[in-house]
Amino acid sequence: MHPILKLLVQRIALGLLLLLAASVLIFVGTTVLPGDVAQNILGQGATPQALENLRQQLGMNDPAHVRYFNWLGGVLQGDLGTALTNGQDIATSMGQRLGNTLFLAFWAAVVSVPLAIGLGLIAVRYRNRWPDKVISTITLATVSVPEFLLGYIAIFILSVQFRALPSLAMINESMSLGEQLYAISLPVLVLVLTVLGHMMRMTRAAILNVMQSAYIETAELKGLAPFTIIYRHAFPNAIAPVVNVVMLNLAYLVVGVVVVEVVFVYPGMGQYLVDHVAKRDVPVVQACGLVFAAVYIGMNIIADVVSILANPRLRHPK
Amino acid sequence: MADNLLTITGLKIEATAYPPGEPPKEITLVHGVSLELEKGKVLGLIGESGAGKSTIGLSSMAYGRGGVRLTAGTVTLNGRDIRLAAPGALRALRGREVTYVAQSAAAAFNPAKRLMEQVIETSLAHGLMGKAEAEARAVMLFGKLGLPNPETIGRRYPHQVSGGQLQRVMTAMALCPKPDLVVFDEPTTALDVTTQIEVLAAIKEAIRDTGVAALYITHDLAVVAQVADHIMVLRQGRMVEYGTTAQIIETPQEAYTQALVSVRSIDHVEKPEAPSVLSVAHVTARYRGTTFDVLKNVTVDLPAGQTLAVVGESGSGKSTLARVITGLLPAAQGKITFAGRSLSPALAQRTKDDLRELQMIYQMADVAMNPRQTVGTIIGRPLEFYFGLTGAAKRQRVQELLDQIEMGKGYIDRYPAELSGGQKQRVCIARALAAKPKLIICDEVTSALDPLVADGILKLLLALQAQENVAYLFITHDLATVRAIADRIAVMYRGEVVRYGTKTDVLSPPFDDYTDLLLSSVPEMELGWLEQVIASRRMVAAGN
Repeated sequence: MHPILKLLVQRIALGLLLLLAASVLIFVGTTVLPGDVAQNILGQGATPQALENLRQQLGMNDPAHVRYFNWLGGVLQGDLGTALTNGQDIATSMGQRLGNTLFLAFWAAVVSVPLAIGLGLIAVRYRNRWPDKVISTITLATVSVPEFLLGYIAIFILSVQFRALPSLAMINESMSLGEQLYAISLPVLVLVLTVLGHMMRMTRAAILNVMQSAYIETAELKGLAPFTIIYRHAFPNAIAPVVNVVMLNLAYLVVGVVVVEVVFVYPGMGQYLVDHVAKRDVPVVQACGLVFAAVYIGMNIIADVVSILANPRLRHPK
Repeated sequence: MADNLLTITGLKIEATAYPPGEPPKEITLVHGVSLELEKGKVLGLIGESGAGKSTIGLSSMAYGRGGVRLTAGTVTLNGRDIRLAAPGALRALRGREVTYVAQSAAAAFNPAKRLMEQVIETSLAHGLMGKAEAEARAVMLFGKLGLPNPETIGRRYPHQVSGGQLQRVMTAMALCPKPDLVVFDEPTTALDVTTQIEVLAAIKEAIRDTGVAALYITHDLAVVAQVADHIMVLRQGRMVEYGTTAQIIETPQEAYTQALVSVRSIDHVEKPEAPSVLSVAHVTARYRGTTFDVLKNVTVDLPAGQTLAVVGESGSGKSTLARVITGLLPAAQGKITFAGRSLSPALAQRTKDDLRELQMIYQMADVAMNPRQTVGTIIGRPLEFYFGLTGAAKRQRVQELLDQIEMGKGYIDRYPAELSGGQKQRVCIARALAAKPKLIICDEVTSALDPLVADGILKLLLALQAQENVAYLFITHDLATVRAIADRIAVMYRGEVVRYGTKTDVLSPPFDDYTDLLLSSVPEMELGWLEQVIASRRMVAAGN
């Protein structure tokens, strides 16, 4: 087997193992949470007998490992269970929400990733001069401000003062793509500002590190233009660290979007999770946790794979 | 003067130094150096590290490495002064009129790009030729430089070819855009001696065939004597002597040049037979998780108070032998006897006396010392560890050791960063000596040093051997060093000892093939030596 294929198979197998471990953690974590779903559903006035019956019906009296494997078996067949509070199929109701979250994350990524890498390249080209300082200062500021505050500032300026963009990001299937993009423009802006700084600063640092190499001097002595040197000679050798930080931020766009969704009342995974945590609806929380874990691990596997593929020593062995 | 390609007059080069714990200060690297180079000629710039030879070489491209500034004088290339030229004008001449060959081609190639793309990049970027034409020229140059498979080697990545081949590809890269001048900055220094001679011959032939002028920078006078028309000797940023190659080699005028020419003139007579302090018998070793023996059935013997030189090129297993003797890499088979007792293969099972009596000195003195400890702490540590010395007694013993390594007072409270390269190596020797060892393993201890400094270290080691009756296992790739210090020699090749015996026996004919190749590859300070060796090798090859 080609060594690179072996490495890739190893990474993916490791990722799946990690996901399994995460599922155990999520299950254990949600099981030890205080609170009784049966009590929640039936209310304070329920009789002990009614509570016991409901618990029996929900399978809550089985030992933990039996419940875990029942749950895992269902998940593997695409059955995430039913929500305790309203009896709906979780996979169906989550599908719509997950789609919305991915839609938001996708457009935030489309804007932020090229912008971050481009600004990183510019910062390196003019390192320690004013363009670098301006870019670094602004991105540091946006990454330091909490995203909910960024959200409210954006609403205050762009929705309230200038009435340019909608403060509520409600979308539905009857809207055209243009209308949908208009609706989500503010949350996209906030998400872009949140992840931009991290990615841009990492790109800058990774490329500056490569700029110390002897082969950059070779390129300078060839009489190449500064920007040619950066994107042709430095950037290809900085791909691995850049991809890692990009993937980490893309995962954050899906997983960490909770707060932004709540601020803009966006019908995504975040809202869904927050609602059901409040109701102690354990199966929904478990399903959301598992999906978030899968996204996170998946993104990191992709980062690993790209890093491996970007390394000529692994791609072309001696 | 009209046909001078490069004229440098009164060039002054300055930089800002940042000494630890002190405010930054301006230092002058080159103090008003002048030189001339005609079209098609080769000028050798020679000197020790810090002589400013690379800095002057790069000034021909008006390039200052690491913030170095060309502050006064003129650098006239093809009739115009480029010292203060604008960045755009400099970009236009770099790569088109002057190109550069770096010491370490392995670091100077971009690891993420194929060789061909990098070789033709300059020609394309300056619009000198089309892609097809540039590639054809590159293939032609690959062939001329004696690279295997010139048609296809360009498709490889830098890590897929050897160091010697990479150095030749870099030469092809420099010649591809048809420059007027090539700056060769120590192009063969990092190579094994047997590879160096091939690369040197290839570079010389390429210079002659393309008619390009060259600045050839090196610290090795014997090497530059083979390629240069004129030689300039530099020291601490000043010119010492300038003349034709024959003048410099045969009738050097200045004392410093004479010292460079006669370096390695230590006359060491081998000592008579003596009982062994170290016997290595049939040792085989391999690294964990591999199936390849890096040492194969190695048997050598080292008499007490004498020096065994282990010679070979990189990858021959000489440093591995040191690792096996110290126990860092336990031998798979074989037996090591040290000071009359059998030595356990693994480090963990050795007694404190085993550790004390077997010390090591390394090639890189500055990474072998803790930069945050003073000389006194560094040398005092073995005194404390092995002999329990503390306080005034320890300090007095450290001072005695410093006197022994000829460093005297005033160094005991200094930090390694405040010492020169030779002084650092001396401190490492004192640290090894502090343990009162019977054997010191010296791993390429003079390779990173300038010739005159290295000479001083070798003399010191010989004097200490006479005083302390300590034996040396001296690992080196440099045959001149071997002649200066060895009593016995083991020649290693691909993990085996191919020749072993007293110095006289090993260095006298008849030779085995490898030892012959090794000995004949060492550059000699003699005009025309390169041509003779190449010619005699071709005759042998034709005869076979």
